Parts: sequence; C-alpha cells; structure tokens
Amino acid sequence: MTKQVLLVEDSPGDVRLTREAFRDVGMSVHLHVANDGVDAMAFLNREGGHADAPRPDFILLDLNLPKMDGRQVLARIKNDEGLRTIPTVILTTSEAESDVASSYQLQANCYLTKPVQLEEFEGLVKSISDFWLRKVRLPRKPQS
Amino acid sequence: MNGIGDEAKTVEVLLVEDNPGDARLARESFRDVNESIRLHLASDGLEAMAFLRRQGAHIRARRPDIILLDLNLPKMDGREVLAQIKGDESLKMIPTIVLSSSESDADVSISYQLGANCYLRKPAHWDAFNDLVNDINNFWLTKAKLQRQMPGQ
Repeated sequence: MTKQVLLVEDSPGDVRLTREAFRDVGMSVHLHVANDGVDAMAFLNREGGHADAPRPDFILLDLNLPKMDGRQVLARIKNDEGLRTIPTVILTTSEAESDVASSYQLQANCYLTKPVQLEEFEGLVKSISDFWLRKVRLPRKPQS
Repeated sequence: MNGIGDEAKTVEVLLVEDNPGDARLARESFRDVNESIRLHLASDGLEAMAFLRRQGAHIRARRPDIILLDLNLPKMDGREVLAQIKGDESLKMIPTIVLSSSESDADVSISYQLGANCYLRKPAHWDAFNDLVNDINNFWLTKAKLQRQMPGQ
C-alpha cells in the first residue's frame, strides 16, 4: 500500500533530494511537500487548497521554517488528539543540544540531522524509509 | 582504551521485559551488534519506574539514553509505564520504543497516543529477533540524535 509522507521543508534543493531519494528506495511512497509551517498545518487540517489532502502516515519536519516555525508545528501536531499519533520525525541541519532536547520535549518521535554530503543525505532517506516505512508499525488511520 | 571519552560513548539502554528468554536474546543480540551498549533490565513495570526514578535498590541507576518497553508486564502494565514516562517532564525526552508481540491495531494506536516514539513488533524467531536488534542499533543508536545526558540528571 502506498505510504503518504508529508515533508515540511522550505529549501527547494532539499525537497528535490528527498524526493529523488524516496523514488529510489523501491517502495510506494507518495511524497507531499509543504514549504512552510502554515502550509503544513493547512495540509494536516485539510484547509484552503488542501480540502482533499490525505492523512499522512508519516511526517518529516524541518525546524527552521518561514511563517510558522517547525517547533510550533510540532507542538500543534502533538497537542491535537487527531494528529498526535502520526509519527513526526525532525530532519534539520541544527545539531544544537537545545534543539534536540526541546524537540523530544515537544514529543517529536525522533530527531535526525541532515548530512551535508549528497551521498550521506541519500543514505539517510533510505534509512528513514527502511526503518519507519517498512519496519515500524504505524498507526492505522482512524475511521472518518 | 578506557579514557573518559570512551565512557561518554557508552549507550545506556533500559529493556523492560518480563520474559527471561526474550531478555536473554536481546542481551546477546545487543552484545553482538554494538559493544558500547550497556543493557539494563527491568522485569516488571514497577521496577522500570523505580529504575527511572532511582528509587530503592536503583539509587545509582544511570539515566537511559533509550528505553525498550514491552506492553504486557506484571505489576504495572507497559501502557501505564509509558504514560508515566511521557507524563514526567524529566523523563519524557527519553525515546521510548514499544517492543511488543501484540499485532492489535488498538495497541499500536494507544501506544502512539501515549507518546511512544515508535512501535516495533517483537518477532517469534531468534533470527528475526537478531535482525530487529540490528535495526534498532542501526537506526536509533547510529542515525538518530538522542538527547545527551544533562549535568545533574
């Protein structure tokens, strides 16, 4: 079954790399992209142009985003009864201990740092899809 | 080499598991994949919480970097342990991985609802169990960034 993945990322280069890496992993992934925090919340709440958006199985969230910061997006997801069960993994360039701590405090499911090297970035996306989309039991979508 | 740097690289794993066979498999598998892992075992939910809160015999317990939690446990259920960890400001940052033989959608859903970081199914066979420990090591202990122990914790 196709996995619905929401990538919240403002850098077009990183979006493109992630899209290509997911395409190469050999499983059916539908990657949706939100370029800022407000767009991400509209997608998740099916507002505006996102009325037909599917509920993602998995969210990859950058921390530093325009309009609404990733930390705020994370807090909103994890405080929403209907959204909080969606595994939300932070993917960011920040290696700051304070960002790691505050992300886990806000109940991020996992924290990953973006490698600078292209090949390592591809390897990380492969690991993410292999672990989270293949090995981990994801919650079933609630009946709506 | 037994310098301070080596000590700092030790990964403290708390396994909460009441089945001695599974605990032994886990211990052997972890030993095979990563020698810097120190595995601590709690065999029921009450012992897990005593370990995490450094109560009773666990006064000198290390704060785990990661917790592997079975759901069906004596004395205090794994769901209750999970709720207590994720409701505790000083413990909630520790990634807590549910490792359960339950395939029930309700158990998966309630685990994420309570704040489990991920849910993995515990396989029945030894080979598959070894693979699972490998997966946990390769992803959580290699790729993921864990919260470093803060001074005083």
